[in-house]
Amino acid sequence: MQIPYTSTARPDTGLYNAKLGVWLFLASEVMLFGALFSTYVLLRVGAAVWPHGADILNVPLATVNTMILIGSSVTMVMSWASLMMGKFGRFRLYMGVTILLGFMFLGIKSVEYGAKFEHHLYPGNSTFLAIYFALTGLHGLHVIGGMIVNAYLWVTGSRMWKSDPQRFTNRVEVAGLYWHFVDLVWIFLFPLLYLL
Amino acid sequence: MNEAHAEDIKKHVRAYIGVFVALALLTVLTVFVSYLDFSRGGHITIALLIAVVKAGLVASYFMHLISEKKLIYGALILTVLLFAALMFLTLSSHMDQRGI
Repeated sequence: MQIPYTSTARPDTGLYNAKLGVWLFLASEVMLFGALFSTYVLLRVGAAVWPHGADILNVPLATVNTMILIGSSVTMVMSWASLMMGKFGRFRLYMGVTILLGFMFLGIKSVEYGAKFEHHLYPGNSTFLAIYFALTGLHGLHVIGGMIVNAYLWVTGSRMWKSDPQRFTNRVEVAGLYWHFVDLVWIFLFPLLYLL
Repeated sequence: MNEAHAEDIKKHVRAYIGVFVALALLTVLTVFVSYLDFSRGGHITIALLIAVVKAGLVASYFMHLISEKKLIYGALILTVLLFAALMFLTLSSHMDQRGI
């Protein structure tokens, strides 16, 4: 069976199906992270003392990582815009940079995790560390997931550009929606965990 | 792609660069403010306010929410309400425990 409305918009919704599907998926993601954010709030307001994130975590590294993730969102949207302008070569460049920035983000995150483990700071040590590792760990898994999809679109998936360019452009757009959402989550994680 | 369409996309690209600069500046601002001497409540308010502005920029421009179809707005309004309910339930359980 062929999936309908992959390239063109469905008349009643005005959207191609994948876009609506990804938005609904992102709505469920809001609730997944929302559950953990509300856990954070509950733990924090219920705690007798709550550490200042900057005393335990590395703010400069996290600031660099924030810039990297924001930068990757720009290159992601530029890869879609390149396809919209029919420039496949540009798409390859921007998507490649997006994947590279994803690796850089994970690299810095693993350096941060490594430094915590070196100091014997594990999730079991405190409520703060437990929610820190839970939130950033889940976020990191989302980054990895996004990178796998992006890598597919960058390499084998990009063959579709020749057979059905509109459908491929749409795929890149919805992969971008997910990637921007991952960036958006980090925008809240950074101040909550590191700065407050 | 026709020329008018390509021109449209070029305008978008300029907006993306502008948003990137704004996001970078707001990131620097939020880190800078965190070193200033405010009350804890003040810090939380300012940091969350900046985060909301940044998230708004990402959602509006990178995720194209500024010009999206009604169905998506509908789904997102429902999501916001459910998210607010989740937060409210959690906080009310805390207040209940404290007898507030």
